[in-house]
Amino acid sequence: MAPDVRPWVKMRGIHKWFGGVHALRGVDFSVRRGEVVGLIGDNGAGKSTLIKILSGVFPPDKGEILIEGRRVRFRSPKDAKEHGIETVYQELALVDNLDVPANIFLGREPALVGGGSLLALLHKGRMVREARALLARLKVNIGDLGALAGELSGGQRQTVAIARALYTEPKLLIMDEPTAALAVQEARKVLDLVRNLKERDIGVVFISHTLQEVFAVADRIVILRKGEKVGDFPVEELTVDDAVKLMVGGD
Amino acid sequence: MDFRAWLRRVNRNRVLFPIAALALLVVVASSLSPHFLTPMNIKNVLSQVSIIAILAAGEACVILTGGIDLSVGAVLAIGGSITAVLMKWAGVAIPWAILGGLTAGALAGALNGLMVAWVRIPSFIATLAMMAVARGGTLVLTNGRPVSGFLKSFRALAGYAGPLPILFLVTFGVYVLWQVSLSHTRFGRYVYAVGGNETGARFVGVNVRRVKLLVFTLAGLCAALGGIMLDARLNAAYPTAGEGYELDAIAAAVLGGVSLSGGVGSLVGTFFGALVMTVLGNILNLLKVGAFYQYIAKGLILAVAAVSLSRGVRFAK
Ligand SMILES: Nc1ncnc2c1ncn2[C@@H]1O[C@H](COP(=O)(O)OP(=O)(O)O)[C@@H](O)[C@H]1O
Ligand SMILES: [Mg+2]
Repeated sequence: MAPDVRPWVKMRGIHKWFGGVHALRGVDFSVRRGEVVGLIGDNGAGKSTLIKILSGVFPPDKGEILIEGRRVRFRSPKDAKEHGIETVYQELALVDNLDVPANIFLGREPALVGGGSLLALLHKGRMVREARALLARLKVNIGDLGALAGELSGGQRQTVAIARALYTEPKLLIMDEPTAALAVQEARKVLDLVRNLKERDIGVVFISHTLQEVFAVADRIVILRKGEKVGDFPVEELTVDDAVKLMVGGD
Repeated sequence: MDFRAWLRRVNRNRVLFPIAALALLVVVASSLSPHFLTPMNIKNVLSQVSIIAILAAGEACVILTGGIDLSVGAVLAIGGSITAVLMKWAGVAIPWAILGGLTAGALAGALNGLMVAWVRIPSFIATLAMMAVARGGTLVLTNGRPVSGFLKSFRALAGYAGPLPILFLVTFGVYVLWQVSLSHTRFGRYVYAVGGNETGARFVGVNVRRVKLLVFTLAGLCAALGGIMLDARLNAAYPTAGEGYELDAIAAAVLGGVSLSGGVGSLVGTFFGALVMTVLGNILNLLKVGAFYQYIAKGLILAVAAVSLSRGVRFAK
C-alpha cells in the first residue's frame, strides 16, 4: 500500500497558558496514518500539554486542530475518541480499585439493558470475555483478570492501559512515557506493540525520555523546547547527539 | 486460589468487619441484659436502625465518590417538616405531601451536587452551608414549633407488616435496590471509579459531574425519606429533628467499611455499620448511660473507626 503522504491529523499554531506559564508557543504538529512520531524534549518542554490538547483533555488557548483537513474541536477526551484518537496517560492510566475488565471498558461499558444511560445494567460477562480475547490478541498475560488494577505490577498495568486504548481500533494512539516505569524486558514488549500498530495503519505519538527507544521505533522525531518546536526530522536525518543538543538548546 | 486470597477478595469492600463487630455487640448486649434479645427490643432496634440506615445509604454513596455530606440531618428536618406542613396546614393528600417532602430533599441534594461539581466548593463546605440553610428554612417554615398529630393512615407507616416494622422494610428495599445499582449498573461502577481515581475517570470520558450530582441528589432524597419516616414514627415533625444525625450516618458508613478517601466500601457493609451504631446506642441505654455521654461515645467511635479502618486500604501506586 502506498503511504498516504498527507497528515491524518494536523495541529496548527497551538498556544497554551497555565496562569503566567506560557506552556506552548505556537506549535505545529502532524501525524500520518501508520506513522510513528517520537515526541521528545526536556522536562517541562510541553510534551504532555501538547498531547493533552490532542486528546481533548483541555482546549488550546489559540490554534486549531484538523483531521483529514477538516477543523475539529474537542470538548472532552470523549470527543477525541469519537474521532479515533486514543491515549495512554503518563500518570493516571488506571483506576486502582477496579478490576482489569472494568478498567478496559471504563467509560464505554457494554450494557445488558439501558444502552448508554447512567442507569444501564452492565454486561459483566461480555466485559470479561472481550477483555480476555483482547489481551490474548496482544499476547499479554495478566493471569487473574479479577485482580484489581492496584494489585498488578507496573508492567501489567501498562499493558492493560495500552490494551484499553487499542480496544476501539483507533486511528491514532498517543503514548505519554509508556515505558517510564518498566524494566527493559517489559519496555521491549511495548516497543514491539508499537511496531505492530504501524502495520495496522495506526498512527502513533510516542513520548519517552529514553532516546534509544524513540530512535528505535519512530519514523519521525519532533523536538520541543520551552514550549516551542525546535526540530522535526525523519529519523534517518537525525542523530541522538543532535537531538540532545536541540532539546537542551544553546548550540 | 488459596484461602487467604479468597478472603481478601470477599473482603475487598470490607464487609467482614461490621458483620463481626455486630456479632460481638449482640453477644455482649445479650449477656448484659436479658431484655436485649426479646422480640420487643429487636423490633425496636429494627425501627430505630431504619432511619439512621436510610441516611447512611445516601451518605455512604457520597463518601464512595470521595466526598462527604454534612447536611443529611438538616435535610431530614426540612423534608419531614415540608411533608408535615403540607398535610397538617395545607390539607394536601398524603401521597402528594410525601412527594413534596421528597422533592425538597432531592432539590437540596441537587444543590449540594451543583455546588460541589460545578462551582467546585469542597463538599464539606458546600454541605455545611446547606446544613445551615436547610435548618434555618425548617425553623422559618414551622415558626420553630413542632407540627404534630397526623392522620392514622400516615402513622400506619410506622406500623408492622407481620412481625417486621414497615419502616424497616422500606429501608431494606432501598438498600437492596441501591446495592444492586452499585454492583450492576454503570452508575455504580462510576461511583467507584470517581472515588478511586477521579481524574483518570474523567480522562476516559466518565461524566464525573453528573455522577456527583446524582449521588448528592440521592443523598438528599434519602435524607428527606428519613424525615418522613421519622414524622410517622414520632407522629410529629420537630424543627430540631435529625440534629447530629450526620454523625451517625457518617459513622455507620465508616464502621461499615466505607473508606473516607473514596472508592472502597459497600451498602451491605453500611447496613451492618448502621446496625452496629444502633445496637451500641441500645446497649448504652440498657447500661443507663445518659444521652450526653452517648454523644461523646459516638464521636470517639467515629474517630477510632476512621483511624483504624483507613489503614490497609492503600493500593500499590
Ligand atoms: N495543569 C497544569 N497547571 C499548571 N501548569 C502546568 C500544568 N500542566 C503543565 N504545566 C506547566 O506547563 C509546562 C509544560 O509542562 P508539560 O507539558 O507537563 O511538560 P513535559 O510533559 O514536556 O515534561 C511546565 O512548565 C508545567 O509546569
Ligand atoms: Mg510529561
